[in-house]
Amino acid sequence: MNWDALIPLLVVLSSLLPGLIIFGLAEERVRTRIVLNLLGALSKVVLVGWMLWGVYHQHYYETRLVLLPGLELVLRAGPLALLFVTLSTGLWLVTTIYAIGYLEGSPHRSRFFGFFSLCVTATVGVAMAGNLITFLLFYELLTLSTYPLVVHRGTEEARRAGQTYLAYTLFGGALFLLGTVWLYTLTGTLEFTPRGFVSGAGEEHRPALVMIFALLIAGLGVKAALVPLHGWLPQAMVAPAPVSALLHAVAVVKAGAFGIVRVVYDVFGVEYATGLGVTDPLAWLAAFTIIYGSLRALFQDDLKRRLAFSTISQVSYIVLGVAIAGPIATIGGLVHLVHQGLMKITLFFCAGNLAETLGIHKISEMNGVGRRMPWTMAAFTVGAFGMIGAPPIAGFISKWYLGMGALDAGQGWVIIVLAGSSLLNAAYFLPILHAAWFREPPQSWPHEHEHNFGRKETAWALLLPPVVTSVLAVAAGLLALIPFSPLDWVKLIAQREFYQP
Amino acid sequence: MTGTPWGIILIMLPLAGGMICFLWPRVSTVLGLLTSLAVAVSVAGLGWQLQEYGVYRHAIGGWGAPLGIDLYADGLSLLMLAVTALVGLGVGIYSTGYFSCEDSQRFWPIWLFLLAALNALFLAADIFNLYVTLELMGLAAVALTSLTGSKDALRGAMRYLLATLLGSLAYLFGVALLYHGFGTVDIGMLAERVESYPIAWAAFGLMGAGLMLKTALFPMHFWLPPAHASAPAPVSALLSALVVKASFYILLRLWLTIFGPLNEGIELLFGLLGMMAILWGSLQALRQTRLKLLIAYSTVAQIGYLFLAFPLAMTTGASAWHAMAYLALSHALAKAAMFLAAGNLLRFGGHDRIADLDRVVQRLPLTAGAFALAGVSIMGLPPSGGFIGKWLLLEAALAQGHWGIAAIMLVGGLLAAAYIFKVLGHTFTQADISHEPVAVPASMEWAALLLAMGAVLLGFLASPIFSLLDIGNAFSLNGVSP
Amino acid sequence: MNSAFLYALVGVGLFSLGLYALIIHTHLLRKILAINVMGSGVFLVLIALAKRTGLAVPDPVPHAMVITGIVVAVSATALALVLMLKLVAATGHAELSDDQRESQ
Repeated sequence: MNWDALIPLLVVLSSLLPGLIIFGLAEERVRTRIVLNLLGALSKVVLVGWMLWGVYHQHYYETRLVLLPGLELVLRAGPLALLFVTLSTGLWLVTTIYAIGYLEGSPHRSRFFGFFSLCVTATVGVAMAGNLITFLLFYELLTLSTYPLVVHRGTEEARRAGQTYLAYTLFGGALFLLGTVWLYTLTGTLEFTPRGFVSGAGEEHRPALVMIFALLIAGLGVKAALVPLHGWLPQAMVAPAPVSALLHAVAVVKAGAFGIVRVVYDVFGVEYATGLGVTDPLAWLAAFTIIYGSLRALFQDDLKRRLAFSTISQVSYIVLGVAIAGPIATIGGLVHLVHQGLMKITLFFCAGNLAETLGIHKISEMNGVGRRMPWTMAAFTVGAFGMIGAPPIAGFISKWYLGMGALDAGQGWVIIVLAGSSLLNAAYFLPILHAAWFREPPQSWPHEHEHNFGRKETAWALLLPPVVTSVLAVAAGLLALIPFSPLDWVKLIAQREFYQP
Repeated sequence: MTGTPWGIILIMLPLAGGMICFLWPRVSTVLGLLTSLAVAVSVAGLGWQLQEYGVYRHAIGGWGAPLGIDLYADGLSLLMLAVTALVGLGVGIYSTGYFSCEDSQRFWPIWLFLLAALNALFLAADIFNLYVTLELMGLAAVALTSLTGSKDALRGAMRYLLATLLGSLAYLFGVALLYHGFGTVDIGMLAERVESYPIAWAAFGLMGAGLMLKTALFPMHFWLPPAHASAPAPVSALLSALVVKASFYILLRLWLTIFGPLNEGIELLFGLLGMMAILWGSLQALRQTRLKLLIAYSTVAQIGYLFLAFPLAMTTGASAWHAMAYLALSHALAKAAMFLAAGNLLRFGGHDRIADLDRVVQRLPLTAGAFALAGVSIMGLPPSGGFIGKWLLLEAALAQGHWGIAAIMLVGGLLAAAYIFKVLGHTFTQADISHEPVAVPASMEWAALLLAMGAVLLGFLASPIFSLLDIGNAFSLNGVSP
Repeated sequence: MNSAFLYALVGVGLFSLGLYALIIHTHLLRKILAINVMGSGVFLVLIALAKRTGLAVPDPVPHAMVITGIVVAVSATALALVLMLKLVAATGHAELSDDQRESQ
């Protein structure tokens, strides 16, 4: 029995099966549900660890399943796939713990955790997809499984946010489908190949290929929140905090950005794409999104909305790194996939803590909260400084490489965009920190949680995750130069794409 | 096994079952379910035989064509029979919970007659036999539609009856012309003899029009929404899933064997009407406030997709036909599941107003899940049978540069998503006025869910099903080789 | 122009007249009658076309088809009449009113 061929499938099943079982659990079976959740998360961690070890020792993990004559469903554990899978798996474990704490006593938890697990199943499927059709399948599955999480609260507002979400994502999905099928009719294959497979299509199809690129990027850009396709993201903030954390750090936006990485590297090939002339417009679009997102963030008083616009801005760093089309910029963009994930999830965890424990939703209500919830705000501070790009937090590393890469590729204007963005980040994060640490707290908080947490500032399950992820964010930056850090890993991926013949 | 007359069994079993249920009403439910099961097993037996020995042809009474009645089964017939048996089983299980005792005793005989007619239709080898089975099917379907005796049901049934009789008469007229022109009613012989004469065109015009009316292709779809919406839920499922597919099957057979090779350009008309059906049906579905009407208009739209294959198959051959067959199969399962789910919602809340679906996702999770999964196939999202069909049709359209068709398909998918999620969105929210909920039996919920899961499962079974479809080469007779 | 052809034309005429009546009239009984007239038209065509020149005996196959068709028409008419009666009992008049608007 070829176990190696089953491992990728098992990784997908490790969250699918617990999810399906959880759907059937009665609401009161709290302990069973927690056990199933953690079991799924931990088994996924174990399996991913196994794959990491195996790939390091030259094992090959691939699952294939015939879908149509001539097209297969392919799950493959390559270095890039593993990067995203590890991020997803690790952050899922952390978010599960957080969600258990956050939704304590809320209704419909079985439904929530069921769809939560489906969402992660779709994400790892996206990560390990070995060809465009597998990617498409899990990408649409991601849309379908995140919708119930967005409308979870069942209010009219949630329902409308869900409709907006679907309108954007399904429209993007249709464009993506069109691009994929068109590409298939031109090239006869959809397998992800290093340096791309599109060059086999022939010269006469160049205009068609440009259109296909536009279609694919548009479809992916909806989830990656590229302007003007970003409209769904701020509205989706109506979902509970664990959903926002998952959507913004791990699943949806990263799937979109990851897809753009795949399209540029493994479908078109960076050199071919540059030759087609599509990378420059992509870079401009990404740069515009970066500035636009940061500008909109400045004017938000609602904390989650400010973080949402910050995400719109930050995810485009990844796209920018890819679009600049140089090895060093690639490293910057790819490593930001991991770094932004760690930092943003920290920020959302903290926002969730503030909302759940003290009823704080707006920045204007955050005066002096640093004294009431020091650990949460410390984690928030780490995340914020990382976003701004201050060393030694991980965000600095990504921005450094992006800047260096831009210079290396002769695109100096990017430095201005990066600098401007950092300034804007500072402009909308520093006032929050100032208010939280240095202002006087109000007489009473908007809605303090009845439960007395004793000496802790809030429940363990809510406190531990942001602390852990903020420590990881610092570690990723400080220890970036040791082997097996995200940076080291990304360098390996870039090398495969750029240096090996 | 070769000698087993599966065709005879498939027709006689439900016929006998129906008669016994009519004469001895008390055993209806049990006998009905047993018969459905036996039919499913027989279809499997026929399938086995087809795989081992190729196409099945049986001359009733030993007389043989052209004077006798032949039964003929190839891959296409087999799959239609299979989906009929599956949907029939699902609906049968559902109806045990749905109907009251008396209604159930009326339901089973008529449904078993309908099943016999459907099986006979899919096994028919000559055009007159097709007329007979078509009429039987129509009459049984009308009777089922009027089962509950409500005003709406009676009106819907009457309209349906008049439309179906008109269609059959037009078809019969075409049969008369074909027989006069070419001397036989056997499909195989007609295929060899038919040539491009005015009489053939007239025949095709009449038969085509009649069958298009029965299949509710735009613009002759007016009778479908009232009929399917006012019938009891299991009957709506049977109508949308199976009955409209039967007349479509006849049209397809005639096209593939007799009229398609004449190459008169009619396929462009089919394609155009199909595109308009998709747009009109989807837009109308979006406007509905009542769930069953929404689902009925969705059927009008989905039938449009099936007709898109006609222009596409002219140059790409089998791949477009495979896509269409797959869409037909998935739609049958998914639409049946949807109507059954709607029946559950109606039982639960006493109404089917979409905006007042009160937190159904929490209180009837299996039903909501069934509707969602069925919706996934209708929208053509992966993984589902609908996605496979959509992918193949898109591929065929783009390979030939039919941008219009590709665009309409994508727009149709988005519109379908709009009306499906319109319903799903409301299942999460609370209604303004709460109703006293009525319990829904597990058999009803599970029947809907299992059929919906079948539609999704079809997404992974493309390869084996395509190889089954190709038994008998139904699709390679038309122009280009596959 | 032999007589058989003339009968066939009459059959076509009946079919068309029946179709016209089906569309125009609103009373259900008239619609049912129209269907029957259309049916008779088709049967007439079948029988007329069964006459073969040069042979004494006409082709029996269309005759068989007509007999089958008559049986089907009888059952269909019976069903239609019962439905109509039930509709009259339920609504008071024998017309398919514009109920499309009602169910919206």
